[in-house]
Amino acid sequence: MGLINRPENDVVSYDPKGGEGWITTRLDFLVNWGRSNSLWPMPFGTACCAIEFMASAASQFDLARFGMERMSFSPRQADVLICAGRVPFKLAPVIRRIWQQMLQPKWCISMGACASTGGMFDNYAVVQGIDTIIPVDVYVPGCPPRPEGLIYGIMMLQEKVKRERAADASIRNEMEPDPTSQLYIPPSAINELSEPFGNSIHQQRSGL
Amino acid sequence: MTTPFKPVVGGSALAGDAPAPATKRNVPHRGGPANPSAEALRAQFGAAVRRVDVVWGETSVVVDGSRLEEIVRWLHDDPSQRYEFLADVTAVEFRDADQPLEVVWHLRSIAYRRFLRLKVELPRGAALEVQSVWPVFRAADWLERECYDMFGIRFNGHPDLRRILMWEQYREGFPLRKDFPLRGRFSRAEQLRQALAANPEARYSMEELSIADAFEDLPKEMRARLRSGEKTGE
Repeated sequence: MGLINRPENDVVSYDPKGGEGWITTRLDFLVNWGRSNSLWPMPFGTACCAIEFMASAASQFDLARFGMERMSFSPRQADVLICAGRVPFKLAPVIRRIWQQMLQPKWCISMGACASTGGMFDNYAVVQGIDTIIPVDVYVPGCPPRPEGLIYGIMMLQEKVKRERAADASIRNEMEPDPTSQLYIPPSAINELSEPFGNSIHQQRSGL
Repeated sequence: MTTPFKPVVGGSALAGDAPAPATKRNVPHRGGPANPSAEALRAQFGAAVRRVDVVWGETSVVVDGSRLEEIVRWLHDDPSQRYEFLADVTAVEFRDADQPLEVVWHLRSIAYRRFLRLKVELPRGAALEVQSVWPVFRAADWLERECYDMFGIRFNGHPDLRRILMWEQYREGFPLRKDFPLRGRFSRAEQLRQALAANPEARYSMEELSIADAFEDLPKEMRARLRSGEKTGE
């Protein structure tokens, strides 16, 4: 594939003497490079891990260095679901619906002991690991993990994204939602819902 | 030169020269001066006051459950008491199988700077029922719902006694009871299956929306569906 910079466009040209510059690369490399450096997180913070997550996003640790400065509070414009904190059973259908609403390609980071395994909350109310509900790419241990830990997990995810191959259909395989379940969204509704989320003064709930 | 601290309390019933509130020192574990409201309750309700305990300087009054609402209303309305703030409603179950369950109300009189703990004992084997104080304190609404959700105590007279922390379809019992296993009664897979079968938006029932008067702000077709009584997928 060639990327052509025409001289009249006044951009950096590969050939210092002018003329057409071009590079060759693999499409997978280029796409994965772009994706891994612009992972928009969907923060799903339910507990103290969310505080560390906020610290990671703030100036000291600065997630923006990794192309993640834009927290996507709409799952439809997010790439990576970061579940920070314990998930009670009451939230289980919520996080699964959020995962289903995210568009491919999408990834998930389970941040902290509770999200990964239920942690110390081995009781009647807490999901024992969100991987029982949604697929997880990276588990970040800690109670809560320090921002460095989360950033390490994010960099691991970036490495994972960089190794993906577009020809491999299996990595995008999603289980078909069961049409008899309450969570099934018919395609017509998805089309309707895929419209922009609203604007700053009129953020209405979804029609479902 | 320091001026003494003079708090300005709206509606204070204390005399203008009342001493400033101070942390009590050397409070005994049991005994000590009781809240004067306990004596007033005895004078007003007689045998309905079963017992008065003073523990760590706080007064607990065990009363007859059948006259509870009357007692609470008197404490709220009487100008000599003015317990206008219901801080908490909760319950206690003891490990001893023969000790009764206790339902506990924490009342605070801001005007008189008093704290009173009311208790009703529910004997084992009988129905776990007690009068609701919702007609006196609207704050009791969610507190009693939580108490019902966790202990299974029915508050007679509560307008909308539903579960509040656990989801409404929860069928495993009442989590804070001593006979409830920590991990619940069902298997993890069954718990997960039931949780995932819940509709995350089903809780937006007509009742909850009317609380916030948010109904008019909803999209038109959602209003129409709610008006027809639909609970969005339940």
